[in-house]
Amino acid sequence: MAHSLTPAPRLQARHVVARRGGRTILDVDALTVAPGEVLAVIGPNGAGKTTLLLHLALLERPTSGEVLFDGEPTRGRELRLRRRMALAFQEALLLDRSVRSNVELATRLRGVGRGERRERAERWLRRFGVGGLAERSPRLLSGGEAQRVSLARAFAMEPEVLLLDEPFRALDAPTRAALADDLSQVLGETGVTAVIVTHDHDEAARFGDRVAVLIGGRVRQVGTPADVFGAPADEEVAAFVGIETIVPVRALERGGGTVVLAAGPHTLEVVDERPFTEALLCLRPEDVSLSTAGEHVSGSARNRVAGRVTRIVRTGADARVELDCGFRLVARITRRSLEELGLEEGSQAVASFKATAAHVIVRG
Amino acid sequence: MDLIWESLREAVRILTHNDADVYEIAWRSLRVSGTATLLGLVIGVGLGSAIALRQFPGRFVVLTLVNTGMGMPPVVVGLFIAIILWRSGPLGELEWIYTTRAMIVAQTVIITPIIIGFTAASLSALHPRLRLQIYALGASRWQALLLMLQEARLPLLAAIMAGFGAAISEVGASVMTGGNIAGETRVLTGAILLEQNKGNFDVALAMGIILLLLMVAVNALLTWVQAGARRDVSAARDEPLRAEPGYLSAWHTR
Repeated sequence: MAHSLTPAPRLQARHVVARRGGRTILDVDALTVAPGEVLAVIGPNGAGKTTLLLHLALLERPTSGEVLFDGEPTRGRELRLRRRMALAFQEALLLDRSVRSNVELATRLRGVGRGERRERAERWLRRFGVGGLAERSPRLLSGGEAQRVSLARAFAMEPEVLLLDEPFRALDAPTRAALADDLSQVLGETGVTAVIVTHDHDEAARFGDRVAVLIGGRVRQVGTPADVFGAPADEEVAAFVGIETIVPVRALERGGGTVVLAAGPHTLEVVDERPFTEALLCLRPEDVSLSTAGEHVSGSARNRVAGRVTRIVRTGADARVELDCGFRLVARITRRSLEELGLEEGSQAVASFKATAAHVIVRG
Repeated sequence: MDLIWESLREAVRILTHNDADVYEIAWRSLRVSGTATLLGLVIGVGLGSAIALRQFPGRFVVLTLVNTGMGMPPVVVGLFIAIILWRSGPLGELEWIYTTRAMIVAQTVIITPIIIGFTAASLSALHPRLRLQIYALGASRWQALLLMLQEARLPLLAAIMAGFGAAISEVGASVMTGGNIAGETRVLTGAILLEQNKGNFDVALAMGIILLLLMVAVNALLTWVQAGARRDVSAARDEPLRAEPGYLSAWHTR
């Protein structure tokens, strides 16, 4: 084989298509998870994330295509391979028996002996901070406790692949943060190969060695978190990863690694060496700073665009300010800056951003 | 008033002296209906699981038939079984007509839809992803089914109670298929019918009391098991059993 030096991916989806009632809900040409890697799968609701996970978990058979485990076909070996993986859903889905018995059941189904079952259950329940709940009924657990038991159960299986479907979704913010810390630590310690489905960008960037963006059942981009969030492959990915300013631009002139672009009535300068004429300029709202019209601005921001404030949305410590600059531009600034600038809807402001802050999606 | 009082006194005398073979008849009732309940359980839990867990064409039709079956008139079932087992009927060669076997068949046919319905309803009421989670834990198909049934054990115990109650309180089909033959196929309900016809209210009442006590005893036992199952897993969440469609009718229409 040509790739004999690189180990086979632990999991691989090849031309996996899932159709339900005449609709294609998943169409993944190629997706791999390397041994020891954590792959985060993000995408909007209904993008097919859970369906993809169920296919990787060998719980659903693709309409066509196949899932490979360690480079080998999985068909006909599903039960044996399922016993080498673990899956936890967003709901804890514990059975109606004691917490300990829940954790031991999974290992018992995998043929682990009684003594080791007990030891693993105790160790992992303790590790997730729920060691004292072993004899409790799951019905008496809080949502956070139940999810901790569910994760303890998954790790007690000592799986070769761990599949997590939005494990924090049903939890409130503090519970979520605490559990995410624990999970992050355990993932690091065990080095287990994992796929985490989430719709939360922060979780994806935190857990994922790589991030796959699934939109409309298709993998639109796979890359490091920096790639995906900083350099989205297309407009839809850009919009999904939180880039709020997407402007059609035309290249005017090039030189010194930068390109001058026409964006509506303005000219902008960004760092990009690729040859193109038509493109989309992407700006994250946190990369845009605002000043008032007459104010002198120091700093390295090379691009300055004047516009009228059309909308201000205050969120916690931040404010999201929309400008009409001939195109729609969105900035996120602190509420303190907003007060200092004295901006209101209808007032004039100048948006500035660095030549390196913008990302260009080439269209032609 | 005298009639009631007299009958009641006489009934107590019959019970204490075991006149009119009441205990033999009660034991036969228990045997016939117990066997029918066991058979109904095996068939009903199997088919109920298949209906709840498998997708197949015609599932809707099957569910409709089952729900209809849950309220099927026992007299009609008795008639069909009698015709089938009649000496000149298709299964006449078995010579089961007017035996307890025929009664067991009739009662099984009556209660199986009830148990199918309960099983399907209780499995369908589980979290839709629980099954996937159980498979993901590493369960084989059979292990998964057993775990699911275990999860649904409380409503399944209700199914046993409903099935047994329907079987032992049933009269029409039992008399039509068993013949109500003294010492052979006479069960409590048939005996009550007969004695009432003869005007022997005291004997009928004695039988009635035994029938009620039997049902109370069996249900008390199952309720105790059910409460135990509940205590095991939950001291706090007090969730009343759902009254499944057919549950009430199984008790009260006959």
